[in-house]
Amino acid sequence: MSVLLIAEHNNKELKPFTLNAISAASKVNEEVHVLVLGSNSDSVAKAVSEIPNVKKVIHINNPLYENYLAENYTSVIIRLSKDYSHIMCSANTFGKNLMPRVAALLDISQVSDITKVISEDTFLRPIYAGNAFATVKSSDKIKCVTIRPTSFDPAPTSGGSAEILNEEVGDSSDLSKFIKKEEIKSDRPELGTARVVISGGRGMQSGENFKLITAVADKLNAAIGASRAAVDAGYITNDHQVGQTGKVVVPDLYIAVGISGAIQHLAGMKESKVIVAINKDGEAPIFSVADYGLEADLFDALPKFLEELNKLNTIQK
Amino acid sequence: MKILVAVKRVIDYNVQIRVKEDGSGVVTDNVKMSTNPPDDNAIEEAVKIKESGKAKEVIAVSVGEEKAQDTVRKALAVGADRGILVKVDGIVEPLAVSKILQKIVEKEKPDLVFMGKQAIDDDCNQTGQMLAALLNWPQATFASKINVKDKSLEVTREVDEGLETIEVNVPAIVTCDLRLNEPRYASLPNIMKAKKKPIEQLSASDLGVDTKPRIEQIKVEEPPKRKAGIKVASVEELVQKLKNEAKVI
Repeated sequence: MSVLLIAEHNNKELKPFTLNAISAASKVNEEVHVLVLGSNSDSVAKAVSEIPNVKKVIHINNPLYENYLAENYTSVIIRLSKDYSHIMCSANTFGKNLMPRVAALLDISQVSDITKVISEDTFLRPIYAGNAFATVKSSDKIKCVTIRPTSFDPAPTSGGSAEILNEEVGDSSDLSKFIKKEEIKSDRPELGTARVVISGGRGMQSGENFKLITAVADKLNAAIGASRAAVDAGYITNDHQVGQTGKVVVPDLYIAVGISGAIQHLAGMKESKVIVAINKDGEAPIFSVADYGLEADLFDALPKFLEELNKLNTIQK
Repeated sequence: MKILVAVKRVIDYNVQIRVKEDGSGVVTDNVKMSTNPPDDNAIEEAVKIKESGKAKEVIAVSVGEEKAQDTVRKALAVGADRGILVKVDGIVEPLAVSKILQKIVEKEKPDLVFMGKQAIDDDCNQTGQMLAALLNWPQATFASKINVKDKSLEVTREVDEGLETIEVNVPAIVTCDLRLNEPRYASLPNIMKAKKKPIEQLSASDLGVDTKPRIEQIKVEEPPKRKAGIKVASVEELVQKLKNEAKVI
């Protein structure tokens, strides 16, 4: 009984959601082994070995793994799978892309996007955009599970000293080829892990107007989110989308500006601790989940909001 | 080139679902059903590729109960040439669906298989990747742009960090994002024409696929309700509440 957890990283640093996935894996079984597939990725393997929850790091360092392609990742995972009762990773675009390819080859019915570990074979997961929760029990010999990262606290990053094992490279596939990644660099906190998120919707009316959101985000050290409508309209890039098919966020404070609150958007933010809605339509569904609703024109309210924040002596960061 | 598109019949995305009192699932009786939204994008893309002259035939396939025929019919009305319905009653897990689709692919020999990236009912996001694995084909998931080349596709994928571009050899599986295109509406004449297009009916057992679920759904329940919030009268009050009551700023 041990868990094989697949790490997500950029060959230099571990992606933060892997820490959340590791803490979920520890709830299944304390024997958590982390697989790092990378190229010149020694720093990642070392960082993983220092996570106290991790009992063993399996590191395969090969140019084949420089870019993440599920086709190249799978053969190694299949080869290692026989020693494990669970194969897990985070349910973000990384894990969603990878895990089903592994599960199908092992003839396993995957459990996606769990929000709670009930026992080693039973999990809680949202369905219908989080409008229902299903308790599901897997009867497969190996459990392939993806984890909703925001439902688990991140594992601590220091204090551990797990052994790092170097394993042989897996099969190379020429089925697919990486071409490029357009990564949007930002000094802001990551949307998935930020303490405060401020999101804009169709009500923003233009990409230019998002500067009102940016100004408040700067003040609150917040990440910037958006509804699907705002992304579809081209106001802001897709990596900001919050919702059923975008990102799920659970910040301490979520501020929805000019967002009506379609079921699909609520799915991505309604677990936030405190929700603020600013919308001029008093009937907008977003108010049904908001702790504090302000019925106002956002073009008046946002500058005033910033002004009031500026008057405060201290602001939590 | 031949394109197979998988479409799923789901509860319409606008319906506020209700959980059954006995916890056995959600209410589906007398509830509006539609095509899974990103599957509409998958059909649209296939039809556009056909219209550009790069594909000769678009086949729509659905796995589900008898009524999933409506979903296949809708795909025919927006431009698919013929349909296949594989009848299965009850819950069919993505693994079983991918095994059924594998059989259909072996029979029809398409060059591309398109489908939505995720079904909005079970939110699994598995079938395309699983089918790619079973066929040993490349997978281009969460596609927001597809460029058809000679023997490959260049696909832009929506990933957490932004956009990623990969090239996959044909044959390939593509799972489609909602931003891939703007699905067209079926015109009345095309809806009438679609009624004459053939739909082949099969069953999972005809194809020799065991669809027995491997995952037991123990119970389905409603999410915890958020307690009702308040409306504030001014920005000043909002900031004061956030500072002193919620203590989040």
